Amino acid sequence: MTAESSSPGREVVGYARRVPALVIPSPGSPAQPRGTDVRAAPTWKDAPCPALVLDASGEVVDANPPARLMLARPQDGGALRVVVPSWLTAAHRGLVEGGVPPEGQAAAGEIGDRFFAAHPSPVAHGGVAWWLFDDTGRRRAEAALTSAREQAETRAMVSSTLLSSLNVPRCAEVAAQLAAEHLADAALLVLPPVGRRFAVTHALRGEPAVHSSLPLDPGEVPGLAEALQGFPPVPARWIDPHVLPGWVLPAGFTGPVGSVIVTPLPGHGVSAGALILLRSSAERAFSPDEEAFARLFAARAGAALSAARLYSEQSAITTTLMRELLPPTLGCLHGVDYAGHYRAASDHERIGGDFYDVHPGDDASQETFVVLGDVAGKGLDAAVLTGKIRNTLHALLPLASDHEQVLTLLNGALLTSRHTRFATLVLACVRREDDGRVRLRLTSAGHMPPLIVRTDGRVEEADTHGTLVGALPSITVRTAEDWLAPGETCLLYTDGITEARGGPLGDELFGEHRLRQALTECGGMPGEAIVERVQMLAAQWLGSGSHDDMATLAVGAPRAVPPTGADHGTDGSRGTA
Amino acid sequence: MSGSRPSAADLRDQLWRAVLEGGEYDAVDCVRAGLDAGWQEEELLLDVVARVQEKIGAEWAADRITVAQEHAATSINERVIAALVHGPAAGRPVPHRGRVTVACVDGEWHAFPARLVAEVLRLRGWLVDYLGAQTPTPHLVAHQHHTNSDAVLLSGSIPTHLPAAHAAITACRAIGVPVLAGGRAFGADGRFARALGADAWAPDARGAADVLEAGLPRPMAVRQAVDDLPHLADQEYTMVVRSRSRLVKQMLMDLESRFPAMRGYSDAQRERTAEDLVHILDFLATALYMDDAEVFTEFLGWTSEVLAARGVPVHSLVTGLDILAEQLHDFPRGLHLVHEGANLLRGRAADAAVPGAGV
Repeated sequence: MTAESSSPGREVVGYARRVPALVIPSPGSPAQPRGTDVRAAPTWKDAPCPALVLDASGEVVDANPPARLMLARPQDGGALRVVVPSWLTAAHRGLVEGGVPPEGQAAAGEIGDRFFAAHPSPVAHGGVAWWLFDDTGRRRAEAALTSAREQAETRAMVSSTLLSSLNVPRCAEVAAQLAAEHLADAALLVLPPVGRRFAVTHALRGEPAVHSSLPLDPGEVPGLAEALQGFPPVPARWIDPHVLPGWVLPAGFTGPVGSVIVTPLPGHGVSAGALILLRSSAERAFSPDEEAFARLFAARAGAALSAARLYSEQSAITTTLMRELLPPTLGCLHGVDYAGHYRAASDHERIGGDFYDVHPGDDASQETFVVLGDVAGKGLDAAVLTGKIRNTLHALLPLASDHEQVLTLLNGALLTSRHTRFATLVLACVRREDDGRVRLRLTSAGHMPPLIVRTDGRVEEADTHGTLVGALPSITVRTAEDWLAPGETCLLYTDGITEARGGPLGDELFGEHRLRQALTECGGMPGEAIVERVQMLAAQWLGSGSHDDMATLAVGAPRAVPPTGADHGTDGSRGTA
Repeated sequence: MSGSRPSAADLRDQLWRAVLEGGEYDAVDCVRAGLDAGWQEEELLLDVVARVQEKIGAEWAADRITVAQEHAATSINERVIAALVHGPAAGRPVPHRGRVTVACVDGEWHAFPARLVAEVLRLRGWLVDYLGAQTPTPHLVAHQHHTNSDAVLLSGSIPTHLPAAHAAITACRAIGVPVLAGGRAFGADGRFARALGADAWAPDARGAADVLEAGLPRPMAVRQAVDDLPHLADQEYTMVVRSRSRLVKQMLMDLESRFPAMRGYSDAQRERTAEDLVHILDFLATALYMDDAEVFTEFLGWTSEVLAARGVPVHSLVTGLDILAEQLHDFPRGLHLVHEGANLLRGRAADAAVPGAGV
């Protein structure tokens, strides 16, 4: 390095440390030492990059041919003069006044439509030689890379945000807001009409989205009717912003609209609506790149809206169909407390193969008919059969006082249906007597007998048993009669409770013994508290393990009656049995 | 009128007696009388009903009421809420604010605090969907798709449900619904709510209403559970949860060999012991999940108090922890927690053994 930089040349006007020597040695071979032919050595003027020398005051002292080619401008007299770009003049002044800039900090700026970096090297008398390197390609590549990265990030964010919700209004809100944030000054989403009204979601950048339902004519907006039918978008430059009707502009949109994009939201097979993007005249118009991105955005938004629409349609159907299968809400009927709790086998379902129903008598003197049952199997198929059984029993209500007849008829109905499943159930007829006690007639058809919790914590099993229904041509049952004193409760439950597997060691059944043990602690508790406690113990026993459907239903004689009622006994501690 | 207004303390006393005796109608009469005397529904809910409910829990922990009494009292207190907010006296407020969902964490049976929050928010003009105790996360998420709530209020009382709470918080936020967490499980200062990525935490129902009224922005960035809790990568939580049954069996065997008296235990007694061990492991797992020793030590402190109230010596708990430590030799974080817990209990046992300091 030292040898090279110290070799003097006639044209050399100076050199600086850290910059290349101004004389570029000829690529001679060692056999032919350089310097033997001085005239053949290239000078700084032969450098392929533009170079110019400025004196301390910034005047051009000299410039090489590439610099002249690029910077020379004709003057008034017709002569060419090298004009230094203003950014270079500024950099030169800074250098002359402030000394050598730190390494790596070259001046840079535009000349024409290209971009240059200028590296200085001091020369004699305070002048500076400036070497200009064309940096345009790298700059453009970097800009393209940055914008591609930003777009990719925006797209990823847009996709995940759009797909996050399956709620149609929320989805429209998110899409409009994202569009206003990343594509335009304002955006609106027009969903396919319901009747003559269109759901429109307006969003202005930085503002919350606003939903409205408008009786609009899509023909008023160029391209909207087509977009709603899923036709390809009209190029933005063909849409005259001045013809837009007032409803298009969101409240708070300032200034006239400068440019508009109307693009379809392609859904899954059918159009999911249309997206309108607005830019005020103060902003630049949409570029072809931005139009392409808008179409891509619309595709994502359309897919998300379509999915949300399908989901809401399906869930509306499911909700309607399931309503009849859900367990009823229970409370106090004719002076008797009823409480029930149901937990389906899988946590994402609400119905299954267990069921219960309470059909109140016409008045307090009539018996209330209670049923709890369990259809073989679980899930939707079992739930559908519970619906049939519940309907059948509903139809048999006039005969409800005769449990054997009801079960015989139900057995016949199940045997002749196309279902091959059978069911076990408990029927109960309940009536509150004048003395505050509750009379029960209980019949089990292949089901666990109900358990009666006395106020003192004794737990008794109802003396009833019988055959299950839907399997054998005939059935036999035995009905038990029992009495509940005030504060006592009769618990009907399904085997999901007793067959819950888990516990501290992980592999034991909850079992009838533990259930009875738990109930002994429940003497005098209200029915809903007993039901909740049993369900809680079973759930805790299970932990996170899988389980069958679990249903519990409590029939309780209230401890006290409302003070407004007749003067029945206030606190019942009379035991029966 | 205001001159004859009974104090909150008087109302609490009346209500406490009524719920303890199972007098549903007396209990309802008590708060109705409060309404007639000029009390606001919200004040009655929070300053009377909620405080009585706290007392129910405290009395159970101190072994002054049975579990049956606790359940019965809670169920009557629930009916008091229903009578208070749905009774004819309450001019039912028209929802004018927004729609929110109130739910308990999956596995959480203590629904009372959530119910109170739901009713207070209704009184303040929110449209509230109350999903009740132990809401499975799939239901909670489906409900959000269905209703597009402005926020989910997630209630948790027992810290062992924090991992389930984390799943619920992450799921709700992933679909763009902000989560406001509340309840004892999230820590007295709400630090667990923050650690699990909840958008906000409130110490009580009034605080929750204030947070909602100030507005909760919708979460946009998608996060994954492990983003919040990077220490989960060591798998200690997963391993302890997965080997829970095996650990319990091993600990029972070791306990029996150290305490010959245990060999004479009945099946029921053995099962109680096993259940206690399960609780210890569940809290240990939660402390590992949260990477917070206090989850474990607070539980042990509380347990030793409950045991002391029932005349059970603390040293059996310490022995249980020593046995557990032997099983956890490959788990540095778990081992550290167990040692810290055992030290705490030894300190307490030493305090209790100081002559003259006995209670």
